[in-house]
Amino acid sequence: MKHTLQVLVENKFGVLARVASLFSARGYNIDSLAVGETHDPTISCMTIVVDAEDERILEQIKKQLNKLIDVITVIDFTRKEYIDRELILLKINKREDTVGLIDKLISDYSLKVLDNKEDSCIIEICGDSHLVEKVLQEAKKIGIKELIRSGKLAISN
Amino acid sequence: MKGAQILIESLCKEKVEIIFGYPGGAVLPLFDVLYNAPIKFILTRHEQAAAHAADGYARSTGKVGVCIATSGPGATNLTTGIATAYMDSVPIVAITGQVKTFLIGNDAFQEADTTGVSRSITKHNYLVKNIKDLAITIKEAFHIAKTGRPGPVLVDLPVDIQMQDAEFNYPQKVEIRGYKPTYFGHPGQIKKALKLIYNTKRPVIIAGGGVIISGASEELVKFAEKINIPVTTTLMGLGGFPGTHPLSLGMPGMHGTVYANMAITESDLIIAIGCRFDDRVTGKVDAFAPEAKIIHIDIDPTSISKNIKVDVPIVGDAKNILGQLLEELDTSRLPDLGGWEKRIKDYKRKHPLYYKKSKLKIKPQQVVEELYLQTKGKAIVVTEVGQNQMWAAQFYKIDYPRHFLSSGGLGTMGYGFPASVGAKLGNPDKIVIDIAGDGSIQMNIQELATVSTYNIGVKVAILNNHYLGMVRQWQELFYNKHYSATPLKNPDFVKVAEGYGVKGMKVTKEKDLKKSIKEFLSYQGPIIADFWVEEEENVFPMVPAGEAINRMIGGMA
Repeated sequence: MKHTLQVLVENKFGVLARVASLFSARGYNIDSLAVGETHDPTISCMTIVVDAEDERILEQIKKQLNKLIDVITVIDFTRKEYIDRELILLKINKREDTVGLIDKLISDYSLKVLDNKEDSCIIEICGDSHLVEKVLQEAKKIGIKELIRSGKLAISN
Repeated sequence: MKGAQILIESLCKEKVEIIFGYPGGAVLPLFDVLYNAPIKFILTRHEQAAAHAADGYARSTGKVGVCIATSGPGATNLTTGIATAYMDSVPIVAITGQVKTFLIGNDAFQEADTTGVSRSITKHNYLVKNIKDLAITIKEAFHIAKTGRPGPVLVDLPVDIQMQDAEFNYPQKVEIRGYKPTYFGHPGQIKKALKLIYNTKRPVIIAGGGVIISGASEELVKFAEKINIPVTTTLMGLGGFPGTHPLSLGMPGMHGTVYANMAITESDLIIAIGCRFDDRVTGKVDAFAPEAKIIHIDIDPTSISKNIKVDVPIVGDAKNILGQLLEELDTSRLPDLGGWEKRIKDYKRKHPLYYKKSKLKIKPQQVVEELYLQTKGKAIVVTEVGQNQMWAAQFYKIDYPRHFLSSGGLGTMGYGFPASVGAKLGNPDKIVIDIAGDGSIQMNIQELATVSTYNIGVKVAILNNHYLGMVRQWQELFYNKHYSATPLKNPDFVKVAEGYGVKGMKVTKEKDLKKSIKEFLSYQGPIIADFWVEEEENVFPMVPAGEAINRMIGGMA
């Protein structure tokens, strides 16, 4: 099962490596990881989506993260209210039989077209994981040429 | 003040008395300052030995051990010692030289990504890139190493930083917002634990290394005696509760006593203190203490419910929490444990630790037993890894904390000899014995030069069976006696010792054992005794890997 964690860390070099090597050393799976500076330049925020088989492993992941000296706090959004967003850049090939479907996808979900060429287009999808998954499912039917994901961002509300 | 001077001054502020290490290009400025520093420096003959010596010093004294190595191979040679300390929660600070800051990442001569290599085997590590950060980094390194669950901290210091100038201000206090260990148990959890204690009929305490680290032995004895609970001590916990105490069950697990393993299996309440339920202790997890509720006291939250599901976790320092439990304990509500006491006495009587003596050959257990008797159980015993380690744990009853040093978690062959160097220097008035195997001793035998140079009176007792004994035992029992790569053609250890200017003796006859051990113990200065023991003796009892701990083989008297 997937869980979203917000991890506040010291904004120092090597911290990302510590977090990443903790996951690899202990065999935990990272689904996505997004990291950047917060309003406090000494603190970075990592939004980590982990795939944990059960509650016990999730607990271990949180405790192991907390044990890192450079980790300041770990918030688990599992049973909390939060807002999440992910940005996706999608390149789709245009063919005679798909042009109509592409247009429909764009209008159905009010997507932004960032680049429009004769044979392909680049679409921006920005939304919560629910929306993103839905759009991606539709897009897969049409045929995806290239897909880039930012990883999930989350903030409590 | 120059960086190198700042480092050494900082070590003085931390009251460091002794440093183990090895010089090299990237630490030359440091060694130049050490030349006149009020800190004793011990040159080991391999960096790994420096880390183990710092570890042995730390385990036996409770102080932080310090080692220094140069960049690249110096640093990578330290890693086995650092990993050993990490697994067993030993506070050491390792200082490594690094290539000049502007060369980092360029594959410079003797460059290795030391912070990268050591990341997963240190509690924390630092690369100092700015001279202004040096003093605070050392302060933090010592703070992190010795507080909470202790562990090794590495400070990587580029050689150009060692030569730069800065003002020296050693900080009084340290504040790390992401590091706030919990020291006292949550009162609610203490109450829950006591409730289980009031209702138990068959309790067992499992005392681990945390009891020794937190200095909780006295409280543990009080607690166990007050309630009349038997105590089993893990390999790391030996001496945390007196091995000769009537309530002592000895060691649990793979080579534990029958009575410890049976008590755990039949128990209805396990009180685990400062132990982390290693697989060598639990055996098959599903069959571990199947009827018991589990109270787990540990300062490291990640140890709790990692291997074994715990009913009442109490995060904090063992000494404090035992104090809290003792204070809140209502003795009028304590259960009568007479029946349990009797059952355990029966197990002890029927299944004591056992081996068969022989007139023809010296038994390895006999060597350990004789060392125990002649030192009256007062020596600091250091072990290597394998059969020697298990026989030492079984037959040298440890009564005092910090008197049994062994690589428990990592199981590092070659640990014992250099660790005993650290232990002896930290405890010059104590007898320090490294109980070794003929395989292990050769993994750091070059330290004969160290003990010879400084006349460090360490005693090495080699239980020489001409095999890598523990691996051979597994091959005998589980691999059709295919003794693949386990028979050893050994050097003449007496000549090796003498080559280094160290006293050596060889004992091959059972009838000479007592007299030889007397001579071995009374000798002043470093000494090696090569005991030729029964070659295919096994360590029993034994729980086969992956089996339940009550399914022991061998060793039943």
